[in-house]
Amino acid sequence: MQHTTTIKAGGSEKDYWKDLWRNKQLLLILSKRDISVRYKQTLLGVAWSVLRPIMTMTVMVFVFSYVAKLKGDEGVPYPLMVLCGITIWTFFANTFSQISSSILINSNLVSKVYFPRLLMPLSSVAVGFVDFLITLGIFLILTVFFHHPLSWNILYLPAFLLLAFITSMGFGLFFAVLNVRFRDIGQLIPFIVQVGFYICPIAYSSRLAEGTWYEKYYNLNPMVGIIDGFKWCLLGDKAYFNPNSVYSTAIISVVILILSLIYFRKKENTFVDHI
Amino acid sequence: MSVITAENISKKYIIDHKHKAGGPSTFRDVVSDLFSRKSSHTDYTEKEEFWALKDVNFTIDQGDRIGIVGHNGAGKSTLLKILSRITEPSTGQIKIDGRVASLLEVGTGFHPELTGRENIYLNGAILGMAKREIKESFDAIVDFAGVEKFLDTPVKRYSSGMYVRLGFAIAAHLNPEILIVDEVLAVGDTEFQKKCLGKMRDVSESGRTLLFVSHNLTAIQALCNKSFYFEKGQLIDQGETTHIVTNYLSKVSHKRMERHWDDINQAPGNDQVRIKSFRLLAEYQDNLMHIDVRTPMNFQFEFWNMEEGANLNLSMHLYTFTGECIFNVGTESQQFGKGLVTGVCQIPGHFLNDGSYVVSMMVVKDTSTVVYNMEEALVFDIEDYRENVTWYGKWPGYIRPKLNFSIRQTEHLVND
Repeated sequence: MQHTTTIKAGGSEKDYWKDLWRNKQLLLILSKRDISVRYKQTLLGVAWSVLRPIMTMTVMVFVFSYVAKLKGDEGVPYPLMVLCGITIWTFFANTFSQISSSILINSNLVSKVYFPRLLMPLSSVAVGFVDFLITLGIFLILTVFFHHPLSWNILYLPAFLLLAFITSMGFGLFFAVLNVRFRDIGQLIPFIVQVGFYICPIAYSSRLAEGTWYEKYYNLNPMVGIIDGFKWCLLGDKAYFNPNSVYSTAIISVVILILSLIYFRKKENTFVDHI
Repeated sequence: MSVITAENISKKYIIDHKHKAGGPSTFRDVVSDLFSRKSSHTDYTEKEEFWALKDVNFTIDQGDRIGIVGHNGAGKSTLLKILSRITEPSTGQIKIDGRVASLLEVGTGFHPELTGRENIYLNGAILGMAKREIKESFDAIVDFAGVEKFLDTPVKRYSSGMYVRLGFAIAAHLNPEILIVDEVLAVGDTEFQKKCLGKMRDVSESGRTLLFVSHNLTAIQALCNKSFYFEKGQLIDQGETTHIVTNYLSKVSHKRMERHWDDINQAPGNDQVRIKSFRLLAEYQDNLMHIDVRTPMNFQFEFWNMEEGANLNLSMHLYTFTGECIFNVGTESQQFGKGLVTGVCQIPGHFLNDGSYVVSMMVVKDTSTVVYNMEEALVFDIEDYRENVTWYGKWPGYIRPKLNFSIRQTEHLVND
């Protein structure tokens, strides 16, 4: 069958999504590239993916539990709660920052060859996903160590992971486009991630915000519902979780993603003019 | 049957004179612009539109091999970028029938940490090949590039020659209906360039369409049946390659025999050297004011050395107008203090053939690092001159040296 392409000003192509699907092999190969070059020329290699979450958890348990005397939910070991929060938060933070810089990092590709630009943010998620699986593995081992059995709630885990992915895509795509135009964004992202770490229920439980004046603002952050839900999946019903927040979280995340996608699609054909 | 139809293609860039043209601006600029717009309207007027392409129309038939010629900045690369969908036109529409592969750079997306084998798959996929296609031509690619022994070595350890060979080998095994190639032959050794040209000819002879940008007019003449001539963003002429190339050469042959910069701050260069002048001093013969094949010439180059005690030498390339290098000569390396340095190269009379020539000059540090390269430093024509002959056809060859080549009668046949 003859393949016809029309190129015109501002012409977002009708076959964009089909094109994206046709390039799925490239997506796979770009993801594989990112994963395989990750720890080249490092001494410890993949061990870093294991060491980092364990070290973060240890420091946080020490600081928040022993020094600051923060309490988690009743009946949930504090280290487990922290690690659980770190697992999903790190996935979000990593994918978000990777997506935000994905266009600039691949600028040599952007300026020399065409493919749907959405492949770059999509493929940059791979590394974060692999790290997520490793941290999740560490968590599962530690549940045995702390004698904290898993419940059937774990079956909902993919749903919350998907929501985290949607949220990171939503914010990430928006910043990826801005990053092409304004390099300031590169400075801003680590800051956003750092602030996010404190306003999300990682080292503490959302129970603390319950009934306060700032609760409704606190819940606007889509990551709050996602992290709470994720804890509920892995730690069982004793972890604080407000099922109603899932709907608002899902709606907020999806709306942000759609807006970002529209913005991205509008700008992607002229990325090269600004790189 | 036409495979590419372009209607009224234009591409506009906004040049911001206050900031760097088209480059990344900072968020601060935008924020400060927001607040200062009312007070300083001058910021506005400093924005200038620049049309990299303006109202370009053409159709390309299946199997055409199109050469694209034009000066730097004429819009050739912009056109290729639009056709490859890397950027979109500001106005107009292009319809393309068939799968396009564009080769704007050799080895696009090679990752230095990955091995040759991994990069073949990566680069192939980036260029739009399916995994199955790459697998099928894998051996041919490796063979063409001649890198069997280094397949499992990271490409960062490759020599630049190997790197380029591997990059081209992958691209050469693409099977698109339309192939777009930008100046990629500028790299690699002669042997490999020949191989590349051969491969591109195979591509075009198999009925596929080729678009080829090059400064090497010989390559364009060898490869393309039709050509486009771009100037200042407009397609000013198209047709048979020989016709276009002749037209192009007659228009662009501007002589440039002297250039100088008096202000050191305005002069081309960088922190280490600044160019002061280029001069071609000819010892004109017979009171003529033009250079012919008999005329001895001196190329004189002056530059300011800005670094105390730098070990510098000059390296000069002489090219034909079609881009072939005739020779490269260098001075000895020597230590210089800050200040003006002058180099002179003598070209004897009776050496170069008639034609147009381009000189480029490099300042080299420690005999290895190019500090500054001035391309097209001098451009000049040499006229033909002949004595005592009755033949006036084009004298073949790039050089026409006067060698000791004698002829005499060494024996007489004695008639009985």
